[in-house]
Amino acid sequence: MSYLRLDGLTKRYGDTLATNAVSLEISQGEMIVLLGPSGCGKTTTLRMIAGFVEATSGDIVLEGRAIGGLPAHRREMGMVFQNYALFPHLSVARNVAFGLEMRGMKRAERDGRVAEMLQLVKLDRFADRLPRQLSGGQQQRVAIARALAIHPKVLLLDEPLSNLDAELRQDVAREIRLLQQDRHLTTIMVTHDQQEAMAMADRLVVMRDGRVQQVGAQEDLYERPATPFVARFIGNSNLLQGAHANGGFRTEAGTHIALAGRYQGAGPATLALRPERITLCETGQVRGTVVLSAYMGATVEHVVALDHQTRLVARGASSGPGAAPRYAAGQSVALSWPAVSECLFDGGNAPIPALSPFPSERISSHA
Amino acid sequence: MSPAETDWTDRASRVALLGLLGLGIAAIFLPMVLTLYLSVFNEQMIVFPPRGYTLAWYGRIAATFGAAIWTSLQIAVVAVALSLALGIPAGIGLSRHRFRGREALSTFLLSPLTVPGIAVGLAIYILAIWIEERSGVTLAGSMRLLILAHLLITMPWVIRLCLASLTNHERTTEEAAASLGASPLMVIWHVTLPAMRPGIIAAGLFAFIISFENLEINLFLVAPGITTLSVSVLQYLGYHIDPLVAAVAVAQMVIVGAALLLLDRFVRLGQVLT
Repeated sequence: MSYLRLDGLTKRYGDTLATNAVSLEISQGEMIVLLGPSGCGKTTTLRMIAGFVEATSGDIVLEGRAIGGLPAHRREMGMVFQNYALFPHLSVARNVAFGLEMRGMKRAERDGRVAEMLQLVKLDRFADRLPRQLSGGQQQRVAIARALAIHPKVLLLDEPLSNLDAELRQDVAREIRLLQQDRHLTTIMVTHDQQEAMAMADRLVVMRDGRVQQVGAQEDLYERPATPFVARFIGNSNLLQGAHANGGFRTEAGTHIALAGRYQGAGPATLALRPERITLCETGQVRGTVVLSAYMGATVEHVVALDHQTRLVARGASSGPGAAPRYAAGQSVALSWPAVSECLFDGGNAPIPALSPFPSERISSHA
Repeated sequence: MSPAETDWTDRASRVALLGLLGLGIAAIFLPMVLTLYLSVFNEQMIVFPPRGYTLAWYGRIAATFGAAIWTSLQIAVVAVALSLALGIPAGIGLSRHRFRGREALSTFLLSPLTVPGIAVGLAIYILAIWIEERSGVTLAGSMRLLILAHLLITMPWVIRLCLASLTNHERTTEEAAASLGASPLMVIWHVTLPAMRPGIIAAGLFAFIISFENLEINLFLVAPGITTLSVSVLQYLGYHIDPLVAAVAVAQMVIVGAALLLLDRFVRLGQVLT
């Protein structure tokens, strides 16, 4: 049985559904990241778990007990807020001790726990400072220590990195992930940053318009996106609208593309192609004209026009054995890609399975 | 324009500015300085120049105005306590909840600030008489009525300052406290009230000053035996013009000034008034 279960969580504000039947099973010690654009319902979901927002329908089950009706202060969730929400009038140590005081913990035990927590986030020297005397990164570590001090059943992180400097973000992301793994913390994090989500999660939940689009590990989402939205949101796939039939794809403007895989049926479809999986070459699946070529350092990025309304982005390594050849704007090129990197969706945005012409490749991608 | 001309107009406008500034400062401080000066005249009447100077008038304050000062202090302290007890929850409620009619309620709560005190005093007096005629409960001339009337003019300040102190308050800190196990009352005690501290102190002292200095409302509501300082000074002035009044005015300025200094120690006044 799962440790934490979200059971059809729905939140209605007037006529709009902030979340629509969000269901999720989370095991103990797992790090789940809710990912999506602003307004997708990820924060509302987190706030419902914390108890700040009451669900219109659905329930939350923690260790087999329904907690949907419990007020926030009885849920034992540790929450880290985007703006840290430290108590400005209390010292760092008193901030961390707050939850323990509320539990009526004895002074000696409390002091020990606070010291342990401050050591954990490497702030033991700052115990007597006020929050405003600390940098943003330090304040955030206080917020984490404060949330962990109560030994929460679940740690909730609301965009914990978005207020940090860009250079600091990756380091803090790694620290949080190591801490989470080390202490085996069941954690739910909300972010709109795909990179951050990929770097930190055991499993990701991609949301859009209040609905869960796909739940899975990084590789599932990247290699086998469930919808065109996921394909674009995770790793910026090129999305081509058109129709498919007999192993071919025709864009809306009429360009014919030879598909790498074989698919059953025919009809309107969306083709998703990852920029870094497209190779520019002499003969390939479709021809186009380079309109833009940019040297980005580690990679070279080409924008290729297939017809007057279809453009693709292709990205390759700038040097090394797999280096992409350089093309100038105006040059005619062919594009090719392996079958496993090609995703085709039908008119209802459901993936169309390939008939697997290259069994070995399919197996390796699942391994 | 030549540089010399520019220089001249520059200097002229600076002189004019300084002159106006001086005039303004004189207008504010001259009456106070004069009061202080008059209060040490060794004369039975205020005549100029005095024969000599004495501090004796200060010694006579207690005998003449002691009871009135005591009454004023009692009223002010109770009015402050009650207006804080009602105004702080009102401020928290108004800042937290957006409900229909909230704007109207805010305006209504602040309306005693815009109605002339003399009109408020008269209205309360008439109401008290009206209630007395119908129910037989004596209100006019009682301490109770004075305190209730003062509440009417101190409450708007308290609510206003409490609201102002919460405008920059992070509501997420309250959620953080709740997630750490604090019940709603504990959240208010440990998070909301500390955030309001400067506003509450300012509100208390403002309410005290407003109540202690009030004359217009008191005029209608005092009775033999219950006279406030402001009213008894006015009555005294009807029969005597001697330096004792100046001395008691200085004493009142010292009390209020001390309150304001105390206030400024805790909060920057400009910060809560804007």
